Amino acid sequence: MPDERVPVLETRKLGITFGGLKAVSDFNIRIYPGELIGLIGPNGAGKTSVFNLLTGVYAPTEGTVILEGKPLNGKKTYQFVEAGVARTFQNIRLFKQMSVIENVKTACTKDIHYGLFAASFRTPKFWRAEKAVTEKAMGLLKICGLTNEAELPAASLPYGKQRKLEIARALATDMKILLLDEPAAGMNPTETAELLACINTIRDRFGIAILLIEHDMSLVMNICEKIQVIDYGQTIAFGTPAEIAANPKVIAAYLGE
Amino acid sequence: MKKSKVARGYFLNTVVIILLFTAFQILTSAKGSQGSFKLVLIPSIWQCCYLMVLAASLNLVLGFMGQLSLGHCGFMAIGAYTAALLSLACERAELFEGKSDPAFILVLFSSVIAAGLMAAVLSLLVGIPALRLKGDYLAIITLGFGMIIINIINNLPFCGQDGLALGSAGASLYKNGLGFGSKAKVQFIWFALLVTIISLALMFMFIRSKYGRAIKAIRDDEIAASASGINTAKFKVMTFAYSAFFAGVAGALYACTNATLSTSSFAFTNGGILNSTFVVVMVVLGGMGSLTGSVIAAVIMFLINYEIKNGQWVSALPASLSGIFEYPMLVYAVVLIVVIMFRPKGIFGTYEFSLQNLIPDIRRALEMHRTADAEKKEANGNA
Repeated sequence: MPDERVPVLETRKLGITFGGLKAVSDFNIRIYPGELIGLIGPNGAGKTSVFNLLTGVYAPTEGTVILEGKPLNGKKTYQFVEAGVARTFQNIRLFKQMSVIENVKTACTKDIHYGLFAASFRTPKFWRAEKAVTEKAMGLLKICGLTNEAELPAASLPYGKQRKLEIARALATDMKILLLDEPAAGMNPTETAELLACINTIRDRFGIAILLIEHDMSLVMNICEKIQVIDYGQTIAFGTPAEIAANPKVIAAYLGE
Repeated sequence: MKKSKVARGYFLNTVVIILLFTAFQILTSAKGSQGSFKLVLIPSIWQCCYLMVLAASLNLVLGFMGQLSLGHCGFMAIGAYTAALLSLACERAELFEGKSDPAFILVLFSSVIAAGLMAAVLSLLVGIPALRLKGDYLAIITLGFGMIIINIINNLPFCGQDGLALGSAGASLYKNGLGFGSKAKVQFIWFALLVTIISLALMFMFIRSKYGRAIKAIRDDEIAASASGINTAKFKVMTFAYSAFFAGVAGALYACTNATLSTSSFAFTNGGILNSTFVVVMVVLGGMGSLTGSVIAAVIMFLINYEIKNGQWVSALPASLSGIFEYPMLVYAVVLIVVIMFRPKGIFGTYEFSLQNLIPDIRRALEMHRTADAEKKEANGNA
């Protein structure tokens, strides 16, 4: 059954080679608005490379990334963000010396249009934009449960909250698709449950598409509608969680034959 | 509620600055002709003014953006020469007669702005290729660019190897234009203070806006910054130019204070106070990421430099010790090492001095000190 909707994010034969190593090849995915798709695979399968391709950190050696029908070839990372792709990182990358709320405000680049003159002389335009951004940032912190920590330095947050702050920061970019790179890595079960609730809230509130890399299988099987499995840079399976769990190729990739 | 607090802070700062400024003006008009005031204090304030602006401007790049630039005095040199040549041209065109002509004040302000703009424009030429590099490589390339700037100025026919007052420009340069004598320094001290206050205020506005957030984000994590939608290349070049603008302004103030301009005073080999590494020392001493720290550090370094050169106590020391003071760079190195040992983040760290928060800040610091002491005692008691 061909799908009539326009996918938010689509890749066609996406691939990258590092020297002689094909890290990712012939990677095809279609993500529609509101979908939550899981991307799994054994260690070193190329999951994070896919994320780096989807956010413009790496330039693909073949294929294209298409966002809402527009190809993003040759664009820089910040242009990917402008177009509507936001991400979090596997190893948390916060602006450590800045406060929690500043971290979020920094990512609100689309909401601030004042120039150097307005900033230097504090025109009403500057105050309006700053006020709007502060309110937006507080709203996002509320969704992620960080309201009480707003003025603390980001580095002082406990691990689980740093993860959530990274998500809040990604949300501030007004994205159309959110890429989460192992959001539950290193979390205890309580924190994972909180994160799950947070992700669900975000989906309901913003109606965005989410692509999730995760090793925590219970999390992936619980919340993802579809799962794509890659191994050695190749897609080996795509389907619903139940189909994936029963797929012999996937089991072979994870457990060996 | 929050905005009213900000507004109150602005109001408080403005009132205090105006009060201090007026008080100083009254003091100057009362004591302006007295010997030590005229010959020591006023020239010192002039020097402090341009050092403060210079250190604060480098802090934007080094402390807030985290990029080590070692060519900052090159931009100061550009500013100094631009201001001097512009005022010279105005004088030759007879746009003003003497220093009390109101038109001269206009010339003064326009040479400061022109100095800043020229430094900013040329810094774009340096910054666009150089800022693709990071860390040590950026330091090396900016060091090189700083030297190139000095060499180019040296070989320009209208600037001259021996400086403006001696070369083709002739001694007439500093008769009426910039390059104030001690009397003019007293007369125009308000100008130095005003330019310094405005420059520092503009830099504060810069870091407390989206620009400040963006460059701090670049410092903390460049990949995350670009993944948050920040055009890192643009912000880097822009901040570099903004910083160079104020280095140029500092250069213009420098041109006001000195009777001659010579490129050797900006050169990297210069053991004196205007050396790009010296400015880096000031920034590190004050705290990378604290503009008020840079201001304090500029004054401290000026005093150290002044004492080494003019202090009575240096000649009173035994010959083996006073020999060290013939090499001021050695002393700065020792100062830097001591600061890094005892306060690794500089005097202020990233703390900004603020009149409004002064009392709560002191109270909090005392409390932290007390709890730390109590904890230490407890730990000792348990042991």
